[in-house]
Amino acid sequence: MLQVENLVKVYPSGERALKGCNLTIEGAQVVAMIGPSGSGKSTFIRCINRLVEPTEGRVVLDGVDVTALGMARLRRMRRQMGMIFQEFNLVERLTVMENVLSGRLGYVSFLRALLRRYPRQDIAAAFRLLERVGLAGYHNNRADALSGGQRQRVGIARALVQQPKILLVDEPTSSLDPKTSRVILRLITELAAEREIPAIINIHDVSLAQAFAHRVVGLSAGEIVFDGAPHQVSAETLNAIYGEEDWSRTIRPVTEEGEETADPPATPPIAAGVP
Amino acid sequence: MTPPVPPTPAPELTWEPPHLIPNFWWRWATVLGLVAYLAYASTALDLNWARFVHGLPRAWDFISRMVPPSFERWELIVSGGLESLRMALISSFIGVVIGVPVAVGASRNLSPWYVYLLSRGYIAISRTFPEVIIAILFVKAFGFGAFAGTLTLVAAASGFIGKLLAEDIEDIDPGQVEAIRATGAGGMKVLLYGVFPQVLPRLVGLAIYRLDINLRASTIIGIVGAGGIGSALFHSFKRYDYDFTLAILLVIIAMVMVAELVSTELRRRIQ
Repeated sequence: MLQVENLVKVYPSGERALKGCNLTIEGAQVVAMIGPSGSGKSTFIRCINRLVEPTEGRVVLDGVDVTALGMARLRRMRRQMGMIFQEFNLVERLTVMENVLSGRLGYVSFLRALLRRYPRQDIAAAFRLLERVGLAGYHNNRADALSGGQRQRVGIARALVQQPKILLVDEPTSSLDPKTSRVILRLITELAAEREIPAIINIHDVSLAQAFAHRVVGLSAGEIVFDGAPHQVSAETLNAIYGEEDWSRTIRPVTEEGEETADPPATPPIAAGVP
Repeated sequence: MTPPVPPTPAPELTWEPPHLIPNFWWRWATVLGLVAYLAYASTALDLNWARFVHGLPRAWDFISRMVPPSFERWELIVSGGLESLRMALISSFIGVVIGVPVAVGASRNLSPWYVYLLSRGYIAISRTFPEVIIAILFVKAFGFGAFAGTLTLVAAASGFIGKLLAEDIEDIDPGQVEAIRATGAGGMKVLLYGVFPQVLPRLVGLAIYRLDINLRASTIIGIVGAGGIGSALFHSFKRYDYDFTLAILLVIIAMVMVAELVSTELRRRIQ
């Protein structure tokens, strides 16, 4: 269970990015966080693993107060939080396998990391995940040789090889085309369900959020202004989050939800490019 | 030259590019001042044509005593050349070993301010003095020979690698570092996975380039007594063995050219 209590972040520039946010996530819930650019979505999830240091408030994961941890214990806590990024943030010059295994860095010794001598079960887990995300056979390719969708699959494998208790996902589809975006989001939500872990997904695209999340949270200027089920998102909600606009073409009609399950199965047709 | 133009509705018909120094009087005062100083400096240095002409025969005499080059004492050239090569290789290696941590310390995006200042200070000291001046210092401290020379080149190489690699580290993609930090990795592992892969090609290129520079420098610093083929050169001057001097110079030129070729080729392959 993740509890975020009265989270405040004031940057050194004086900008108040978060103004006292409260959020509780129980069970393996997929929470989509929507909101305009600069509303504090990125800051919010980075405060959870303290890549950004919160100014005030508490973050509690499974009973442990993350905000109270010293550096060494914080690192151990970060191992349990898998993070997926907008720009994928793979180590470009390393192979796919090294990138996936880097998810185990918090567990292995420096010498093992240096010599790339990871424990067998880590390597086995990495191979299983590569197959699961549809990249079997790619392990020796360099990360910078992959397409955007493939890179994000590596990013997903890296996050999951950590055996995380929660997934923090920052705009996973903003650098991808519409089709790949759906495939990637489906993969993330499926994996979260398989592992029975919650996920917070920052996302611009309201209809994607409605299609894939169990719950939608709206952030506007550092404050949570909406928290509800996907079908509760209305024109009024979007006005509150983004400001006045004609939303008639943005909100997903409920009837279309069924179409999701009718889509082709999760493993996407990327195998054509396998060397 | 640029009187204030009153705002008129009519379009302006003349235009001049803006001057480096906008004020008319300051601009011309600067130009005249510079010309006056150059005139003064050349008289103060006693630059004159007569002295140049007078010196020409002596220069000719010196050169004619150099040819043909004498390779009679070739053992001295070979042992000096090999010593220079050893100095260059070892100092480049140690220079990289010291230079890499200095570079990390001198990167604003990775290091706390006190480590940053310390590392930048080291780089500044090492980069301020030319190799010959550092060599004079080390020869005074540690005595004549290759030891002082190698130390000199280590000091220069570590500052060189530190400065240039730090520039690259400051330009790395912070996203990759952030992703590695998010896995729970500590400082050293973040360097290993988040930072070094991004700058490794640059480091290899710099190391080879520095080896090239160290080889040239190792021939020069011998002149102040820091070992290598430069020492042989210096002694041949003192003994008026100008034909031997020319032989050594030819060998140095050949060594530097070979180093340059090898270095260019290696760096081309890395890119």
